[in-house]
Order: sequence, then C-alpha cells, then structure tokens
Amino acid sequence: MTTTTRLEAPTGSMIDPTVLLPSAAGSNADPGATIGPGMTPKIGAESVSVYYGAKLAVSNVSLTVPERSILALIGPSGSGKSTFLRCFNRMNDLIPGARVTGQVRLDGEGLMDPDVSVVELRRRVGMVFQRPNPFPMSIYDNVAYGPRRRGASDKAAMDVLVEKSLTRAALWNEVKDDLRKSGLSLSGGQQQRLCIARVLATEPEVILMDEPASALDPVSTLRIEELMRELRESYTIIIVTHNMQQAARVSDRTAFFNMGEDRAGYLVELDDTRTIFTNPKNQMTEDYVSGRFG
Amino acid sequence: MTALGGSPAGIRRGSRRSIIADRAATAVLWGLGGFVMLLLGAIILHFVIASIGVMSLTFIFGDPSDTALGGVGPLLWNSVYMLVLAMLIAVPLGVLAGIYMAEYAGQNKITDTIRFAEEAISSVPSIVVGLFGLIAFVNLTHWGFTALGGALALTLFNLPLMARLSEQALRAVPADERSGSLALGATKWQTIRHVVLPLAIPGIVTGIILTAGRVFGEAAALLFTAGLSTPTGYNFGNLDIFDPKSPWSPFRPATTLSVYIWKTNSEGLGSYIQQIGDGASALLLATVLLFNLGARFLGRILTRRLTAA
Repeated sequence: MTTTTRLEAPTGSMIDPTVLLPSAAGSNADPGATIGPGMTPKIGAESVSVYYGAKLAVSNVSLTVPERSILALIGPSGSGKSTFLRCFNRMNDLIPGARVTGQVRLDGEGLMDPDVSVVELRRRVGMVFQRPNPFPMSIYDNVAYGPRRRGASDKAAMDVLVEKSLTRAALWNEVKDDLRKSGLSLSGGQQQRLCIARVLATEPEVILMDEPASALDPVSTLRIEELMRELRESYTIIIVTHNMQQAARVSDRTAFFNMGEDRAGYLVELDDTRTIFTNPKNQMTEDYVSGRFG
Repeated sequence: MTALGGSPAGIRRGSRRSIIADRAATAVLWGLGGFVMLLLGAIILHFVIASIGVMSLTFIFGDPSDTALGGVGPLLWNSVYMLVLAMLIAVPLGVLAGIYMAEYAGQNKITDTIRFAEEAISSVPSIVVGLFGLIAFVNLTHWGFTALGGALALTLFNLPLMARLSEQALRAVPADERSGSLALGATKWQTIRHVVLPLAIPGIVTGIILTAGRVFGEAAALLFTAGLSTPTGYNFGNLDIFDPKSPWSPFRPATTLSVYIWKTNSEGLGSYIQQIGDGASALLLATVLLFNLGARFLGRILTRRLTAA
C-alpha cells in the first residue's frame, strides 16, 4: 500500500504492512507492528498489557515508531492511551498495583529487563504532561534541573544549554531577560513550552506528550503544534491527544485505541495519519474519526 | 404583565428561605470568629495592662528574689534554651520521619497503626508524660532533674506531632511536580530534596510553630523532669556544658517560665505573686509571638531561596 499525498513533508511515506520489525517478530502481527521500508525503528511495544491490580487496562498492544516521526495516539476516554504511553518511560512503575507485561524496546534494547536503569531510561525518553508542571524555581533552574541532577555543574556550559533548550522550545525570546523569575510566573502556554525546554535540556531521543495542549488556549495550542513539527526533525515523538484535528495536523502516523467489552483498552488500527482520517480499514475507526462516538 | 413580567421570585431581594439561611450562616460564622478574636484580645490586653507596672529590664533579665519583685531572667533563658534543645531533637528527626512516612513507607496496616499512634501519643495528658519522663530520664539515667531530661520528655509528644505534620505537608505536594521530576530522570531522593521539600516548607514551618508553642506552654511534663529549681546568676561566659552552673549546660535543673508561673502561684509564698505571674505571663505571650513571627519569616526566606518565587 502506497500513499503519495501527506499532510506533511515526510521522511518516508511508504507503508508496507507485510514488513515486520525483527523486534516485533513473534508477537501478534497486527498492523501496528509495521513501519515502512527504509525507516529505522526507534521505539516500540511488543504485546504490552497493563494491569491495575487485577483489572486489565491495556490489552496486548504491539506497535513500532520510526525514528524522527510523530505517532499520535487517539481514542475515547478509557481506551488506555495515556496508560500505554507511560510504558515507554516506565512511569507506570510509580503507580501502586500497576503491572506491565510484554516488552518495550528502545533501539532494540528491552526496557522491561530487570537490569534497566529507569533513571537513565527517563533521560533518553522525556515526557511532557497534560497540565504544565514547572517546578517552583526560576526559569533557568527549571531548564537546568535535569542536567544538574545528572551532575552537570559547569556554569558556562549550562548557560549555553539553557539558551539552546529555550530557543528550541520557542521560548527564549520571551524569557531571555527574566531567567531568574519563577517558572510559575509564566502563562499556561509559556509554562508548557518551559516544560518542553526542560525535557530538551536532558537531550532525550524520544519525547512522550500526554495531551500537551489540552489545558491551553487555541493560540498556545498552535504554537505547541508548530513546535512539535520542528522537534520532529530531531526527535521521535509520541503524543496522546483527544483533539483529532491536532492528530491530523501534526502526526505522521496515528494509532486508534478503543475500549473493549472487557473495558480494557486495545489498539484497533494504526496507519499513516492520512489513511486513518480518510480511508480507515476498521469501521470503528471510521466512526470515531468522523465524530460518531467518543 | 409582559412576557418578561417576572415570576413571583423575580430578581428582587426577597425573603426566600435559602437567602435567610445564607445570611444566618454568615452571621453565625462571623459571630463565632469575632468571639474567638475577642477572647484572644481580652487575654492579651489583660496581661499587657496587668504587666505595665511590672515590666522592666530588671524584671526581664534579673534574678528571682524571695523578698522583692526580682526578675525572671534565668527562667526566660531556660524557656528559650529548652525550646532550642527540644527543637534540635524533634525537628530533624520529625522531618526525616515525616519524609519516610510520606514517601517511602506507603499505606498499609502497619503504617496506619503508626499514624494512629503518632496522633494518640501527641495527645497523651502531659502530666502522664511527665511521670514517664521522671522514670525514664531522671531516675533510670541517674541524671536527676535536668534540662535534657525535660527536653526529652517534651520530645515524647513533640516528635510524633512533628512527624505527623511533616508527613501531611509532604503529602500535600501535588503529584504532577513529582512526576515531572522523575520523568526527567531524577532519582526519588533528588525529587524529594529539590522539588517536594521546598514545596512542603510552609507546612513544615506550621508544624514547628505548633510544636514550639507546646514547649513554651508546657508545665506539667517538666515539673518532674527539668525540675522546679534553677541555678541563678548565670555567667554566659561559662561554656563548660558539663558544669551545672553554666547556662549552656543541658545537665542542670532548668525551671521554665511556664513552670515558674505555676510554682509561684501554687506555693503562694512572697508578696509579689500576682505581679510576677502577670509579668511572666505577658513575657511568655510576647516570646511566643516573636518566635512565631520569626519562624514564619525564616520559612518565607527559605522558601524564596529554594524556589525563586
């Protein structure tokens, strides 16, 4: 299957469902496990299920995200998108009673393996949250937080890193004279960009975004989306969103999640974003993207 | 009547029951608040007026006297000294215990029991704590009546209180801030140290103030531990902490201002009981007020330092 028209200039637009990633081999062969030829798999899930106590929250999801692309996770509330997202940096570890089965791979390395350092993992896989959550410290210290915890102390190098990160997060021009001001003094949209700058400063490879614009006004939302498209040149991004226009605007590929009869979320369909929104294979996806439920 | 001609309820202020109830609630709550303020004001005003003829530098810093009015200097010093000693024990241990209970211990039957015990023990009648202190810190240790024994007795109910209040302050820090730190690859301890603790400081300062208030005000727990006597004629140049005559020594009897008020009034000796009581009470109130303001001020500076707020 070949798609020739895209919403964005893509790095690769070939989608071939018959090509299975080596890392995904052996798991159930659903379309999520496939990426186009010539694309490098960056991060992916193999038969991932998440339980909260005895309750199954996410059921057997496999998918792969190519390097330098944006994958959007869409679906109704309760379909397990955010829970699934948190598997990629093992934030579910923090929830008492949560259990994840299956494997998550970053550059082929198993992230669920017992010898994985979650601290190291979270430096490589950053996360932006739904509610902007800057720390109660200065703008500068917010950005320097991650590198400092890693032991960085050189003042000049930190100045450069802070400026670079804030610039990449499209916030530098607005705050360059106020770096000593509290991060909490910024507007909601600026706070969220500060949180993105904070993540960029740790020099991650993958950025997870959990509804990063849902608490923001439309103008701030557009700025964040613009930023995401720029970041896509260097980073692999997975975004959870309730906003279908947003998924259509920013992502290369879209995964549609739904809640099954057992109330567990599962992956219905994953494809090129254009295909999901114009010509999905599954009737449920069709109904959802056309606004008939959810 | 037009189409917009209004229902009987209209938009005019009426006498609907909900409005009456709302006004009644406002009046009652204002009244109660005012009553409490009035009581507090009356107490303060009484001692300010009563102490007018008594208060002087000699009274504040001088030695007590059996025949004249004398002063309460050593007792005031003892109160401050005991406060510092008790807080030196209770604050670090209490905050650390609070961190453990909030961040590491989790929620299960054992920790619930500990929390219940913390609350229960901090409300044990202080005379009982005093008697226990007599056995544990006076007799068993063979120290006799000492400031340290008194401070340890105070710790018995201050430490659990401090731990409980610290735990609550830490728990009140939103989960989002913790997640943000952990998601950046900070360790749990780094997250506690750099994000959670700074946000919890105002709550911890409240804990310190509540705890300190009890140290200042406590008499019963100190009667049989820090004792009813005190060396006088303090020489603050004497830094030998093992010399019972040194004001810096924890191993000396140390009657506090509160205990002294109780003692002069219950013994009823001397002709200046009333004046000493009034003056000492006013002094105690002023000290507590100063301490509370000071603690809030320091807490605010600390928060600003840590958060750039």
